[in-house]
Amino acid sequence: MTRPDAEPLWVDDEAGPVVRPYAMTRGRARPRNGFNVISLVTATRAAPPIDVGLVPEHARIIELCQRPLALAEVAAHLHLPLGTVRVLLDDLVARQLVQVSEPRPPATLPDDSVFEALIHGLREL
Amino acid sequence: MDYENSDREDRTILPTALKILIAGGFGVGKTTLVAAVSETQPLRTEEVLSERGVGVDDLTGVEAKSTTTVAMDFGRITFGEDLVLYLFGTPGQDRFWFLWDELALGALGAVVLADTRRLADCFPSIDYFEGQGLPFIVAVNCFDGARQYSLEEVQMALNLDPDVPVMLCDARKRESSKEVLITLLQHVMKGRGLTRKPETVGS
Repeated sequence: MTRPDAEPLWVDDEAGPVVRPYAMTRGRARPRNGFNVISLVTATRAAPPIDVGLVPEHARIIELCQRPLALAEVAAHLHLPLGTVRVLLDDLVARQLVQVSEPRPPATLPDDSVFEALIHGLREL
Repeated sequence: MDYENSDREDRTILPTALKILIAGGFGVGKTTLVAAVSETQPLRTEEVLSERGVGVDDLTGVEAKSTTTVAMDFGRITFGEDLVLYLFGTPGQDRFWFLWDELALGALGAVVLADTRRLADCFPSIDYFEGQGLPFIVAVNCFDGARQYSLEEVQMALNLDPDVPVMLCDARKRESSKEVLITLLQHVMKGRGLTRKPETVGS
């Protein structure tokens, strides 16, 4: 049916979001940050400001992150690749609209209390 | 930028976020295990890689840079106000080591799920975690209750360090998946030399 040289027909979800991630980030493919997938993103204010430099996805992140949410969760909720969300976070951090807290490296945990809390918590589930 | 000094931001009370990786071959039950213990349906996140970021053959001369989308499923378990544990299924294909590095960074440890009918499928995961020095355990997912080999045989076949725990599990079952995570956490603690009183699994 399909000719090998035919453009693939992308419809509905196959076509992805109407605004492609590259357009959303104005062509920036590489974020400046290397945020961990479990870095916690927290908005610093209740509503996004009116700012010509922001796209709707920036506003969505601020809405989503009224409570701390991991980078991977933000990406999953927005249906955007992690890299795209990192670029958007660059913009928001620069405007001080979100704070991003990197996870503590496990090797620096001072004692085993976190492990005990996790084990206890899992048993209680 | 200062990523490590997050203590300064403790004015906002943030939970401690931790992660565990769930690895193993394709179809071994990684997402099933995540779903069994996660408080939400597993979420899916994607990373778009240009082929340059993927460990494939030299692409010199290939003009059109193709991209690959790699999906990762993950779940979360919240413990009270101050602890959140994320469980990340690793992308199944061995060639996305770039992404594995990203996932492994800052992880507490890993569970390697194994299927005794296709034991070799978990070799790359084991090699990877050994190479990274990330503590891991092997959990043999018992499909249809089939138990073809003893745990000792699995340990031998995988050529594991004798300290690496090997256990049976049923990734569909919440209790069993909880025990897998607890066994990993105890193993990680032991490696840190922090175990005060070793507990028996299931006590």
